Amino acid sequence: MHVIVCIKQVPETSNVRMDPQTGTIVREGVESIVNPFDLHALELALRLKEQRGGRVTAISMGPRAAETAIREALSMGCDDGLLLSDRAFAGSDTWATSRVLSAAVRKLAPFDLVLAGVRATDGETGQVGPGVASLLALPLATYVSSVLELTDGFVTVERLIEEGYESLRLPLPCLLTAGKEVGFPRLPTLRGKQRARRQEVVHRGPTDIEVDAARVGLAGSPTRVTAIERPTLTRTGRIVDAARIGAGRAAAELADFLQEHHLL
Amino acid sequence: MAVWTLAEQAGGRLKRVSYELLTWGRHLADGLEASGRPAELCAIALGARLREEDLEELTERGADRVCVAESPGLDPFLVEAHAGVLEMLVRWGRPEIIIAAATTAGRTLMPYLAVRLETGLTADCTRLEIDPDTGHLVQIRPAAGGKVLATIMTADHRPQMATVRPHAAQPPPRRPAAPALGACITRVDVPDGLAESPVEWLALRAEQAAGAAVQDAERVVAGGRGLKRAEGFGVVRNLARALEAAVGASREAVDRGWIGYPHQVGLSGKTVTPRLYVAVGISGAIQHLAGMQTADVIVAVNEDADAQIFQVADLGVVGDLFEVVPALVEEVERRRAAREGDG
Ligand SMILES: Cc1cc2nc3c(=O)[nH]c(=O)nc-3n(C[C@H](O)[C@H](O)[C@H](O)COP(=O)(O)OP(=O)(O)OC[C@H]3O[C@@H](n4cnc5c(N)ncnc54)[C@H](O)[C@@H]3O)c2cc1C
Ligand SMILES: Nc1ncnc2c1ncn2[C@@H]1O[C@H](COP(=O)(O)O)[C@@H](O)[C@H]1O
Repeated sequence: MHVIVCIKQVPETSNVRMDPQTGTIVREGVESIVNPFDLHALELALRLKEQRGGRVTAISMGPRAAETAIREALSMGCDDGLLLSDRAFAGSDTWATSRVLSAAVRKLAPFDLVLAGVRATDGETGQVGPGVASLLALPLATYVSSVLELTDGFVTVERLIEEGYESLRLPLPCLLTAGKEVGFPRLPTLRGKQRARRQEVVHRGPTDIEVDAARVGLAGSPTRVTAIERPTLTRTGRIVDAARIGAGRAAAELADFLQEHHLL
Repeated sequence: MAVWTLAEQAGGRLKRVSYELLTWGRHLADGLEASGRPAELCAIALGARLREEDLEELTERGADRVCVAESPGLDPFLVEAHAGVLEMLVRWGRPEIIIAAATTAGRTLMPYLAVRLETGLTADCTRLEIDPDTGHLVQIRPAAGGKVLATIMTADHRPQMATVRPHAAQPPPRRPAAPALGACITRVDVPDGLAESPVEWLALRAEQAAGAAVQDAERVVAGGRGLKRAEGFGVVRNLARALEAAVGASREAVDRGWIGYPHQVGLSGKTVTPRLYVAVGISGAIQHLAGMQTADVIVAVNEDADAQIFQVADLGVVGDLFEVVPALVEEVERRRAAREGDG
């Protein structure tokens, strides 16, 4: 069995800082991590490999530094790593990213399963997985919470939707986007780390995967970020100082206010 | 020129968000009109057998046209079938803009379709406008963990596609449509083989998300880290009971395990648009505001006069929540009892 996992390197978002002058994100000194959801996707791939045999390939599109993300995947137990890195890819929106990844996946055929995270914590769009599936005409299940069964031609999954857990049976090859419930990511082992350090990460550019360089990257992206603004807070309401007038009077003023607005 | 909204259904009934989308759609159609580009607002409804009254309700809530395609393959939702039919409709109708809900279905269908149409898509928009000069769709969404708002344009590709979060807008008011308007419901035949998916739908294990209660509530009382410990939520629950409100929470309160994730309001939780939102011991981080800013009336209780929540509050009480909130519960109950005594 051959499973391909799409992983993205993202800035560690819990401490994203903004430059107060320019309103842009401060990138210096910000640590890069593998998108948390993609670690769950990797875990799922490795578990399936343990059950059924075969190999797992991790692929990523990003700057050369994203090689670190690939090595992390290798140290967890992936067999091969492929980094799609080229100036032509820079600035890709989700459409262009989907094009690059789908072209790369096509070159890696044959495969049985392609996995992606439900979304990346930097863009928060969740569009790339469905985009890749669509371009490759692969059957798609998003928001997968568990794989119930994997047989020769089919995979049965559960996905978490608004109404509950829905089960679907997809023919292979297909694409799944994985949520957190698919499995808690394992830590790299020491041996894994040593192996990953020695192993070659394959680098590929537009000509290798046969995509038109003009139709990817910033130039090939239909969407453009045209402005970044810091949110402005709009309301300026009345303030009641309970410390001064006492909790009882403050509560009475609150109740008056609610009555004025027909909320009581 | 047309603005399309994608209605969502479950078991033949349209979901509330289908009507909310008309609020967004009408705003855009008006914007196009104002920029000299008259546009029709069209709701697209795909399903197996949709309830007639719901389709009429779309016209009563402002759709100029409702375009209905029905086929057994369109319920339950499978992305391949929906995308097949929708792609056909788009190539035929050439809409200027398509907006859908940022639900699990919308967030699957829209990207699947967008790459096929070779056009852009912006997820989770919090504001949509029409540029008065160019007539382009201006898409605004939080980025960088909610710290900034990014404006995104799809200037050179059509249709322009965007998803918006459920509950970020109220449905437009319902106006009984003139009988002649019934004609605006157009049915489209689905060619054989189009509404098909290689995926087999097996079953749904229904589990009503507890969070639905927060999203659908007219009133929400939410607590944050200021409650100090899990038991502190008692204060919030008492007020929620007195005001007949649902209980919400900040991420800090959820991360500390004081209350379940389904109650979380904000960027990585629920978006709510209640008539009343009471924030108790919540500082008003931008990520929290992202989920509740559109409430009609916002009340905040916080001991820190500089807390950011006061910048969005219509009424702010500076004080100790453990004194103010119980006093308010008492006051509310006293007034209610007095009123009932009168009547
Ligand atoms: C990517 C990302 C996504 C996020 N998503 C969300 C989200 O969906 N929802 C969310 O809420 N947050 C979210 N956050 C976290 C957010 O940044 C804040 O950390 C969080 O909202 C703070 O919660 P809080 O207001 O309860 O806590 P704090 O910021 O600690 O505020 C507690 C407040 O209680 C007040 N207080 C203390 N004691 C009392 C008292 N006795 N009486 C009155 N007031 C008192 C304090 O003055 C203070 O203002 C997200 C962050 C990131 C990076
Ligand atoms: N540059 C990339 N390289 C590899 N995988 C990616 C890339 N961007 C997105 N993905 C995959 O698509 C998922 C959703 O990302 P997004 O659509 O950006 O939210 C991620 O969890 C990854 O699995």
